[in-house]
Amino acid sequence: MLLIKGGRVIDPASGRDEIGHLVLEDGKVREFLTGEAPARFQGKVISAVGKWVVPGLIDMHVHLRDPGYEWKEDISTGTRAAAAGGFTSVACMANTNPVNDSPEVTRHIIEKAHREGYANVFPVAAVTRGLEGKEMADFSELADAGAVAFSDDGKPVENSLLLRRAMEYVRPFGYLILSHAEDSVLAGGGAAHEGWTARKLGIPGIPSVAEEVAIARDILIARQVGGKLHIQHISTRMGVDLLRMARRAGLDVTGETAPQYFTLTDAALEGYDTNAKMNPPLRGEEDRMAILEGIQDGTIDAIACDHAPHEAYVKKCEFAAAANGIIGLQTSLPLSLSLLAGGKVAPARLVELLSAGPARILCLRGKGTLAAGADADVTVIDPEVEWEFGPSDVLSKSMNSPFLGWKMRGRAAATICGGRIRHVTIAGVTADA
Amino acid sequence: MEWHRRNVLGLSDFHPEEMEFVIDTARSMEEVLTRDIKKVPALRGKTVVNLFFEASTRTRTSFEIAGKRLSADVVNFSSGTSSVTKGETLLDTARNIEAMKPNILVVRHSASGAALFLSRHVSCSIINAGDGANEHPTQGLLDLYTILKVKGKIAGLKIAIVGDILHSRVVRSDLHSLGRMGAKLWLCGPAPLVPREMERTGAVVTSDIREAVRGADVIIMLRIQLERQKTAYFPSLREYSRRFGLNRDVFSLAKDDAVIMHPGPINRGVELSDELADCEHSLVLRQVESGVAVRMALLYLLAGGSHVAH
Amino acid sequence: MKKIGMKKTGMKTLLDGKGVERVLSRLTHEIIEKNKGAGQIVLVGIASGGIPLSQVIRRKIQVIEGVDVPTGFVDISLYRDDLARAGYQVRMKRTEIPFSIDDKKVILVDDVLYTGRTIRSAMDALIDFGRPRNIQLAVLIDRGHRELPIRADFVGRNVPTSRSETVLVRVEGTPEEWTVLLKEDPPGKGE
Repeated sequence: MLLIKGGRVIDPASGRDEIGHLVLEDGKVREFLTGEAPARFQGKVISAVGKWVVPGLIDMHVHLRDPGYEWKEDISTGTRAAAAGGFTSVACMANTNPVNDSPEVTRHIIEKAHREGYANVFPVAAVTRGLEGKEMADFSELADAGAVAFSDDGKPVENSLLLRRAMEYVRPFGYLILSHAEDSVLAGGGAAHEGWTARKLGIPGIPSVAEEVAIARDILIARQVGGKLHIQHISTRMGVDLLRMARRAGLDVTGETAPQYFTLTDAALEGYDTNAKMNPPLRGEEDRMAILEGIQDGTIDAIACDHAPHEAYVKKCEFAAAANGIIGLQTSLPLSLSLLAGGKVAPARLVELLSAGPARILCLRGKGTLAAGADADVTVIDPEVEWEFGPSDVLSKSMNSPFLGWKMRGRAAATICGGRIRHVTIAGVTADA
Repeated sequence: MEWHRRNVLGLSDFHPEEMEFVIDTARSMEEVLTRDIKKVPALRGKTVVNLFFEASTRTRTSFEIAGKRLSADVVNFSSGTSSVTKGETLLDTARNIEAMKPNILVVRHSASGAALFLSRHVSCSIINAGDGANEHPTQGLLDLYTILKVKGKIAGLKIAIVGDILHSRVVRSDLHSLGRMGAKLWLCGPAPLVPREMERTGAVVTSDIREAVRGADVIIMLRIQLERQKTAYFPSLREYSRRFGLNRDVFSLAKDDAVIMHPGPINRGVELSDELADCEHSLVLRQVESGVAVRMALLYLLAGGSHVAH
Repeated sequence: MKKIGMKKTGMKTLLDGKGVERVLSRLTHEIIEKNKGAGQIVLVGIASGGIPLSQVIRRKIQVIEGVDVPTGFVDISLYRDDLARAGYQVRMKRTEIPFSIDDKKVILVDDVLYTGRTIRSAMDALIDFGRPRNIQLAVLIDRGHRELPIRADFVGRNVPTSRSETVLVRVEGTPEEWTVLLKEDPPGKGE
């Protein structure tokens, strides 16, 4: 039994935004109470006065690197970082070694998460075997083993006919394909956004059109097939525009972006900083503004950080040779909270983007809401606390973040997963073993 | 002025006075090259290592001669590979060499920013001999020096640079050395090879070689990079030569005393016609001369000077 | 106890314009006398102080002997033995010896002879240019404190100095304006 009292409960899925008390029992939300908190309570009590109480945050784009690349990250450390970042659930991508294109790997991930994880782990299995883009994976067997969606992320599905057939095949079963939208031929082996900064630094560029063309293709195939589609890590203005157009046309297309794309631009490349190297790359200011607009007007459905841990030596080298990606689980919430400034985005909308939206997209029942009977996944957020994200805070095995040393405002004060406190910074409260 | 730099990584932050200081020093060095005994003991006992990860005989030889004229011990280290996946990383290679205590590393690498990256991890001086498409500072300085020798000034000159602007680190360094000293630069080449963003530097961007060469004082022709043609930027060399090659007819549009330059090696008959490459307007060999003097000047300034004493 | 306040820096004039002119006349006569005429003589001024002095000597030889001896100058920056220890950037000057020095009597001309290291460097430079018959040294001021076995053949003035003093030779403007000063550096500077 767990009582979270006095917090501002923000639960857009059940239309709630008010101060009150949440009671958790046997891994479920039992009830929401207003007025005075219960005087006597048989169980742990967390005071959330001055804080927000929201459905457990869900990051639907994470690379846990397990199995196969455990020196970069594993399920235990990755979910530990997730819990510290306020996340009760993560969806992990299939570009492991071996690739998650078989039920054995899917089950391995789920079982290891049960044993050693600090958050729920929902595996996303591959669209094509070995991520080679040639043959479809066995979708139903993977779904039965626990995969919640399919993606070749890391790579696009280049073959348009294959993508069409896959989308057609899964449509009657309601499975979802998450698309890493990139025309890698147009991307031309570039290492940074094709713009003034890359030109100045002599770095080969990845033009925006490499993403735009792919998003357009994916949306039009989805339209042809009549199926649903989710676009991952949108970084361009036109990408947002295309998503908006698809929505207005009534298509079942959703889209996500990552905090780096509304926080940084390619200006971060100065000095050849390899912590600014990622795919898709950091774009220009116009793109960053367009992402913000897309977040504000509801075009973008989710924020997902694309947590991509890498060991030091593949980042400590010349820019062209550096690996792509940054970690993000512990900075996603604070950076997203900065969207509240100036009333750009309302708190309820933020909860949509970080919890209710991902839950709906991935059809995670019992998640993304605090209605009675929902799973007891709760995040308590302190939106005011000022802190600095330093190297000693990093719980991931890898340190590749451009946000190290940044002053942040707001973070998770407690992360409760299935009724167990997996992370807490509130005085007097301890985490559950 | 005092020389404070530990490294020469690029010209992007060089003040005009610094460039003039190097040119001045190069002039004194050039006098050494006219003597019978072309050697002075200034860098005696110092070691210069040419760390070339990208093939280049001429630049490496130029640095080698420059070092030897100053009595330095010059060692050449060539490596074909540079990426992390094949063998030793760039950082490991450089650190291994540094452990042998050279005074100056001259580095050429195919990745932009490689020289800057190394300068953060080794403590000896570094001269960038070309990093990816970023900069080639000694070329920028020797081009400046050569033009000054012949024209006496830079400000107000019209300088046309023709070729693969996109991939050229020579252009970027020339933009700093020539542009910042007051020349008006025209960048010309096939559109896929001349990014529009270059207009931000104040240069004029065009695909019309006649317009670029018309009234020009200096024409710098770039080698067209055959090696890069994975997916073509233009149809064929024949087509390129037709549109962008410098021949007598096009050259006649330039000023009467116009000069022709080329960083080398020349694709005769492609970007530059055979006769023009050797005509009296061609400064190609003087560029090579200037190159040794400029490199001697930089080796001398990096080996001595305030940064070392402190 | 640490002294507070600045000591007065003393400046003493050793030679004024007329004095310099007289000294250079005497040096010129000594050079001509010792070498029995101006034949086979070449003058090489050590940059930069020795250059105007060598020009004056050249003119005087022209007046006295009617011969215009070849005159050049040498910059010793590339021959210094203290390049990395200099702590200041040596701005390079020119070297111009547009004539052969083989079998000639080279008169090196400098303004102040001190440790002797500059002269050693100048001799190294000369030997790279050819094989002179002999090298002789003419200086305006010899201030002592030799660190190498070097001596001048022709000395304008012997001025005993301490290490904390500086000899300043100002040869700008017309020769009438030239001066040689002795400057005392204040002790206890930057204790």
